Amino acid sequence: MFWQLVKGALLRQRNRFILIALTVALGVSLASAMLNVVFDVGDKVNQELKAYGANITVVPKNAALLKDVYGLSGNETHKDYLNESELGKLKTIFWTNNIVAFAPLLEGNLTLADGSQVPAIGTWFEHTMNLPTGESFITGEKEMKSWWQIDGNYPIEGQNEVLVGKKLAQSKNIKVGDTVKYNGGNLKVSGIVSGGGDEDNSILTDLSVMQTVMNLPGKIDSIDVSAITTPENDLARKAAANPDLLSQQEREIWYCTAYVSAIAYQIEEVIDNSSARPVRQIAESEGKILDKTQLLMLLITFLSLLSAALGVSNLVSANIMERSQELGLLKAIGANDFSVILLILTEIFISGCIGGIFGYFAGLGLAQVIGMTVFESGITNNLIVIPVVCVLMLLVLLFGSLPAIRMLLSLQPAEVLHGR
Amino acid sequence: MALLELKDVSMIYNGKVKALENINLTVSKGEWLAIMGPSGSGKTTLMNIIGCMDHATSGEINLDGISLMDVNNEELTSVRRDKIGMVFQQFHLVPYLTALENVMVAQYYHSIPDADEALAALKRVGLEDRASHLPSQLSGGEQQRVCIARALINYPVLILADEPTGNLDEANQNLVMKIFHQLHDEGHTIITVTHSPDVGKEAEHCVVIEHGHIKNAEVS
Repeated sequence: MFWQLVKGALLRQRNRFILIALTVALGVSLASAMLNVVFDVGDKVNQELKAYGANITVVPKNAALLKDVYGLSGNETHKDYLNESELGKLKTIFWTNNIVAFAPLLEGNLTLADGSQVPAIGTWFEHTMNLPTGESFITGEKEMKSWWQIDGNYPIEGQNEVLVGKKLAQSKNIKVGDTVKYNGGNLKVSGIVSGGGDEDNSILTDLSVMQTVMNLPGKIDSIDVSAITTPENDLARKAAANPDLLSQQEREIWYCTAYVSAIAYQIEEVIDNSSARPVRQIAESEGKILDKTQLLMLLITFLSLLSAALGVSNLVSANIMERSQELGLLKAIGANDFSVILLILTEIFISGCIGGIFGYFAGLGLAQVIGMTVFESGITNNLIVIPVVCVLMLLVLLFGSLPAIRMLLSLQPAEVLHGR
Repeated sequence: MALLELKDVSMIYNGKVKALENINLTVSKGEWLAIMGPSGSGKTTLMNIIGCMDHATSGEINLDGISLMDVNNEELTSVRRDKIGMVFQQFHLVPYLTALENVMVAQYYHSIPDADEALAALKRVGLEDRASHLPSQLSGGEQQRVCIARALINYPVLILADEPTGNLDEANQNLVMKIFHQLHDEGHTIITVTHSPDVGKEAEHCVVIEHGHIKNAEVS
């Protein structure tokens, strides 16, 4: 009988219940889209920020110490170096899959045929590494510096090819295809690079060329590392200050989370005599951008659900007023308040749930549209969104039903059936 | 033996509008009483109080051994459900339920719906062949008979009818009155509220209310 009453009401007042379903669908679609984006936006922002290069720099421990304590650079004192042979260890740390690219650097000068000295950086452009795991890994500046504009091509490894910085090329009148003579031989210019940094005034060579010129076989100055990280929070900041201050539990959480400080710490563990430092501006930017983006998304979610609740409230109240005689009759023939409220809530929840299901799937589509429009990639559908959206939808329906429940409690059969 | 007893019952709305004043009334088991009076006399207010749809402001009301002044709203609903069968002037059937389902809905809120029993109730008012019709497919007289079947389905101790023929033509009015006579003959206690002298004179006893007071009581 109960379901006969529910079915009859749903069919007879279908237009109003369709409106309730649509209102809920609208709120739920926005909520599920925003929540999916919120859960995925961390990775997306990280990927966006990876375009801005390395977020960890690895240098010899002494060089870091001198810089920290005395403000001296390695050029002014005895200089320590890292070993090129240890680079493969970067891909053996706990967060190995988060290390997306790295490039060793060895900075020095080249003496050109005209006797002038120009800054030069030895590095990897596109280097294939054979990892201890048996896998191969391609890394180098090409993977790291996506914003570099190259007129020509990246140098091919082992072919004595170089990139020449745009400003240097202009001052020396060097063009793509030219040969640059230096005190150690000839280098072919495969491209002119413009990146807005030191590289604009430098020659970028194979690492091995600079090692030969500087007579430092197997040595490097530093390593730029690009890693996918989790935005910093209080725990990460505490650990960055001093990991030894963490409790055992905090340390485990920190170590097993891809905070930039945790990854840097693990790099120091595998590279001898090294100091790995997060590029703080990028790490902080990630956190701030993410916090603000997530706050905005959550605010939109809250407002959309609030709108849905108000919409449901209006529709349900109108429905109750329209059916006051019918509901008063049920009370007159013996239905108590609970039975009538249960009947109305069942009707509302059925239409709300139908709307919610449509809304959820619409939200998945909307999330993809947001992903493609903002991040140029799809958004991962996070299953945790389903229970969250279910709870939010139930709250919306309950909140939206409150005025109706109040009306039902005050509905007197004598008033609606006989008048007074 | 008194089934319903009202002593000095008054109903005052908003502390100043006296709808009923010092009403004294006794209805015995098996009696058919008509409450008559012009519009605004207070007869609907009296019906709401007797029908457990409203609390009187003061006085004593006793229905089948239960003091209605001492019960709360939830208990009043329970008394209404168990003791009273209501017949309304405007029928008040649930529009999306069939005649049979409209009878069963009263069973549902009382105990357990029983289609056979509900069909028997419809048969009693001559509507067994209209059981699957919606109210919109029934005439006014048929709708009122469904309403009577619904009032009877839970074996109430008191049948309370508010202007039961107010919306009916003469033929249907006679049909409905015939059913009330049958019920009375079977021993049902009936109270009809009406402004129509023709309906009032059908009852065993009649009281007239004017301006919230019982003007007189007479035996027809």
